[in-house]
This record gives sequence, C-alpha cells and structure tokens, in this order.
Amino acid sequence: MSELLKITDLRISADEKEILHGVSLAVNMGETHVIMGPNGAGKSTLGSAVMGSPEYTVTGGNITFLGEDITGETPDKRAKRGIFLSFQNPVEIPGITLASFLRSAYEQITGERIKLFEFRKKLKASMEVLDMDPAYADRELNVGFSGGEKKKAEILQLLVLRPKLAILDETDSGLDVDAVKTVSAGIKAYKETTDGSLLIITHNTKILDSLSVDRVHLIADGRIAAEGGAELIGDITENGFGKYIGQVAE
Amino acid sequence: MKEKTQVADVDRAFYDFRFDEDESDFLGTGLTPEMIGEISAEKNDPEWMRKFRLHSLEVYRKLEMPQWGPDISGLDMDNIVTYIRPKKRMQSDWDSVPDDIKQTFEKLGIPQAERESLAGVGAQYDSELVYHNVRKEVAESGVVYTDLESAMHDERYAEMIRSHFMKLVPPTDHKFAALHGAVWSGGSFVYVPDGVRLEIPLQSYFRLNARSAGQFEHTLIIVGENAYLHFIEGCSAPKYYEAGLHAGCVELFVGRNSTLRYSTIENWSKNMYNLNTKRATVAENGRVEWVSGSFGSHVSYLYPMSILNGRGARAEFTGITFAGEGQDLDTGTKIVHNAPETSSYVNTRSISKSGGISTFRSSVVVNENAVGSKSAVSCESLMLDSISRSDTIPAMVIKTDKADVGHEARIGRISDEAVFYLMSRGLDENSAKALIVSGFADTVSKELPLEYAAEMNNLINIEMKGSIG
Repeated sequence: MSELLKITDLRISADEKEILHGVSLAVNMGETHVIMGPNGAGKSTLGSAVMGSPEYTVTGGNITFLGEDITGETPDKRAKRGIFLSFQNPVEIPGITLASFLRSAYEQITGERIKLFEFRKKLKASMEVLDMDPAYADRELNVGFSGGEKKKAEILQLLVLRPKLAILDETDSGLDVDAVKTVSAGIKAYKETTDGSLLIITHNTKILDSLSVDRVHLIADGRIAAEGGAELIGDITENGFGKYIGQVAE
Repeated sequence: MKEKTQVADVDRAFYDFRFDEDESDFLGTGLTPEMIGEISAEKNDPEWMRKFRLHSLEVYRKLEMPQWGPDISGLDMDNIVTYIRPKKRMQSDWDSVPDDIKQTFEKLGIPQAERESLAGVGAQYDSELVYHNVRKEVAESGVVYTDLESAMHDERYAEMIRSHFMKLVPPTDHKFAALHGAVWSGGSFVYVPDGVRLEIPLQSYFRLNARSAGQFEHTLIIVGENAYLHFIEGCSAPKYYEAGLHAGCVELFVGRNSTLRYSTIENWSKNMYNLNTKRATVAENGRVEWVSGSFGSHVSYLYPMSILNGRGARAEFTGITFAGEGQDLDTGTKIVHNAPETSSYVNTRSISKSGGISTFRSSVVVNENAVGSKSAVSCESLMLDSISRSDTIPAMVIKTDKADVGHEARIGRISDEAVFYLMSRGLDENSAKALIVSGFADTVSKELPLEYAAEMNNLINIEMKGSIG
C-alpha cells in the first residue's frame, strides 16, 4: 500500500472555538473515501483544513502527504504537491476569465509553460466531458454562474489540473438530477484518467452511485463517529445518522 | 513561469536632493520677475508670452495654497525656485540611476536607449527617429504634431496658440496653475483639421527626450469639426526627476461632431508632488474620452475636467488609481453640463495598500440650461489591508429637474476567501492578490491600447511585489 494522505489526531479551531476534536484518517493512492455526517459536524472544516484554509487554526495533530508533514504549509504549496479542493461555494473573481485563470493555475502547478493553443485543446476536451458551453471558458471566473455552473467549473478545474488527491466538498449540493449525472461523469473521468484519490464530502449518496467507494467515515460533532466500507452508505441512507451520533454522545 | 523581480519602494534619500552651496545665491529668494524674464529669454518667447508669464507670476504670488486636499506642506514653497531651476542637471550617468528604477525598466521591457532617456540621462534617443517618422505620416493628413515652443514661433500656428493657451485653465484657477503659467516648459501642440480622422494614436512617449519635458509641460490639443484623435500621454515607465514637483497642464478643445480620446498612464517616482491640471471643452455632439491611470507620486491632485458646451456633447472618464505605502492620491474628475442633452459617464477604480490613501473626488454640475442631460458616476475602491484608506467624495450641483443623475460607490477589502481560493489552485499569495487586483482593474485596462494594458498589469504586479512578503 502507499499512503497518500494521513491525518493524525487533528484538532482544528476557528475563532477560538474547537471544531474538530482529534480526527484521524488515512487515504491510500487510488482510493475513494467518503465523509458523511450531519450538518455542522465539521466535514467541510476537515476538507478546508487539508487544503490549508487560513480560516482555521490547527491546535493539535498533523497532516502528512506522501509521508511529508504539510500541517504548516500554505495552500499553494499543497496544491503543487497535488491536493485539490472543490469548493462548496466557489468565489467569484471579476475581470479574469476562467480559461486564463486555469491556464496560469496549470502552469503554476505543473511548473511548465503551455502554449495557448494546446491548452485550449485540453480545456475543450474537458468541457465536453462536462457538457459545458465552450463560451464559459471566456467568461469571468464564476461571475454570474448559476450554482450548477459553478460546480461544473470546479470539476473542470479538477480534470485539467489532475491532482493526486481531490477533495470534493458538497459538490452535489443544490444540483438537479441531470447536473448530478454530469458532475458524476466528470469525477469518474478524473478517476479513470489519473488514478487519483478522492475524498468526497457529502450528505447525499446519489453522486456515489457510479463510483466504487473504498471507505466511509462518519463525522459527528467534530469526531469520527463510525467507519466502514461502502456498506455503511446503505445503512446510513436507510437508518440515518441517529445511532452513530448516539455513540459519540455517550 | 516568468520571474518577477522584486522592486521595493524607492529609496527616498536619493531623491531628497538639495542644491549645495554653489547654488546658495538662489536659495530663499523665491520666484522673481527677473528669473521669469530669464526663462522667457532662454526660450525666445514672443512678447505676449513674456507678459503672460509675468502676469502669471503676479497671480501666483496672490493665491493661497490649497487647503482642502492631501497634505502638501512637504513642498518647500519658500524655495520654490529649487523645483523650477535646478542648475545642477542630472549628470549623464547611467550608473547614478537607482537600481530599483533600472529594474523596473527591465521588468517593463524597455530598451536600454529609452531607459536612459526616461531616466533623464540619455543624450541620444532612438525613438527620436520614430517620432519624426510619425510626424511625417501624420503631417500628410494635415495634422500638426509638434512641440509647443517651436509652434509659437511658426506663423501658421502662432495665433491659434495665443488665442487658446491657458484659456481653459487660466492662471487664476489655482496657485499651481499660476505657477505653471509662469514657468511652463516643453509639451505638445496638436491640431487636427476639420474632417480628419487620424487612425493611429499620437503618443507623447516619443517626445520624452525633449529637454526638461515632463515637469511643467503644457499640452494643447485643438480638434476641428468631424474629426477624430487618440492622444496617449506618457508611458508606464517611472518618470524620474531630481526635483519633486510636477505641475503640468493639459488643454483640449474638441470641435463639433468630433471625438478626442486622451489616454494617460502616469507613474511618477515616489518623491513627487503631482499637481496636474487637465481640462477639455466639448462642442455640439462632440465627445471627450479620458482614460487615466495614476501610479506613483507621493501626493497627487488630479481631476481632469470636461466642460460640455454644445448640445449633445458627451464626456467619458475611466480612471484607475493605485496608492501604496507613503502615497496620498487624490484623484477624480469634474464634469460641467452646460448645454441641453449632454451626457457624462464616469467609471473609476481605486486601490490602496500598505497604508496608502486613495481618495476619489468627483464633481458634477448640471446647469439650468442643460435640460435632458444624463450623468452616471460609478466608483469602486479596493483596500488590500486594514491599514490603507479609501474615501469617496462625490459632489453634485443639479440646477434643473429635467436631468437624470446617478451616483454609486462601492468600497471593499480584498477577501481572504478569494485569496484562499486562488492559492488552492497553486498561486502564491502575492500572485493571488495581484490577480484579484488585475481583475478589479480590468475595466480600465481594456480601455487602454494593448501594449499599455500589458504594461499596466506589469505595473500592478510590481506594486504588489513591492511590499507584501
């Protein structure tokens, strides 16, 4: 086995308030993990903390990536190591087109220049996978995009940047059935073409239908409340979080 | 990736140039009629100009310093002469130009010969040739593009200049206009005859080598009827002077059905007091379009003014101001609607960082006769940290109820969330912030000619690198 991400006893605070109270989990190369849990449990906090969000302070534990401690690293360095976060609410950046932004991100992450023509080709191919109107390439980054379009634009970045680990934060939330299908197809394409790992944060299981899940972590109240294989998804879908949360409280 | 050079703020000490003892006979004396006379003699002024300078000097002596804007007490007014008649010109010595200025030139991709010229040390300037070629092409279309001083002596233009010079900006306008009237030197004269639409932009860039051009330069542009001109003033390379006062003057006369587009990127060295006056008058169905980028300087007062004198005349103002550490930039625009159905559109962006102060000041006056006029003013400010400041001071005087006037202002800080988002895609903090700022400035950059837009983005990157991290 080769371990990609390892989180050990991670404690995270925001505004002096502890949100994660010691979380440990490990993702191996090529694996697909799912993080589930009720609202406010700390799922998104975990995803953002792995990316290095300045909003959160690590007060204990550590994060390693391919064996190296990245706990204190800035987000850009983590991105260059191959970590990607698909944002739940992608930020609008006026004045910069999606294409030019993504090209400079590509160059930063790979460390090599890419000809405009070549990049356009790559971009177009990925947009087709996501059934995106090519005109979006020349629109300002996320500005005036609908919720669904923003999510598609995130998955587009995932396909172009080809990270080793993709953290998808509620990528399916607020999407209609067709959009969930398209986004799922994009995630599948990422998986098939890169053999990267996935850490999918969700409370909707639709998006998981077309993926083979290796491990499920249930987070409640800032702790891992339960862990298991893909069978846990079915159980939670049927019976809810109730019995697991009970265990934490006790 | 292209390597970005770190360019720190200019070392002030270098600019705090004072004359040493052999200049002492001038110190403390202030401006005298004799000195103005000397300037006139040196320039071989026609009689009317000699009198004009002396009259301006009298006005200058009577007027008070402006008290309503940024602090300019750092200007040594008692020794104003030191700003005007530096006996000690820059030695023609490239080695004495500060490294950061050189680096900036390099970053902007300016050829060595031009760098030397821009730094005021070059004796010969390759673009001189370009300038002459432009002049030839332009001359064939009947357009006059020359320096103001020689045009005054050309009988074809002498009368035109006499009847327009400082008629829009009279010396009585304010103290520094009066100073300009007394000591102006260098500048451009452009005349576009009726019916001529000049496709290529004229650029004062080509003339920067003119001796002492740039500090008290006067630009006079007269556009006839049914004509078009795009004039580009300056360039984004830092202008470098040992003396820290710039009091230029721009007067634009736009004829019926004509359009004049006036683009500027000013980037003064950070010891400079930039007290510049620009004004346009627009005749029936004419149009003036200002595109103005203000970078550099220690203090700026800059409010290009458009006077819409003919029915249907229109003014557009697009501006960007970037105030960094130690800078207090007070910029904006003034519009006077003085005829029916006139319109004005103002769109500005200002950026402040590292303690810089950026103030947007606008004044819109709609006179009684300007019925059916429209004005829309929109300004947005972006502060990059909590120690910088941004203010908006809009003034409106509307004397008719048959006008449509609107104003909107937005002031915001750079969002941590946006920076995190961009960093999560591999951009370091500086690049992420620079990208956000470039995007914010985009509305102005896209008004600029392509190569200037690229230079402006470079400038933003340089300014961003300057202090963060």
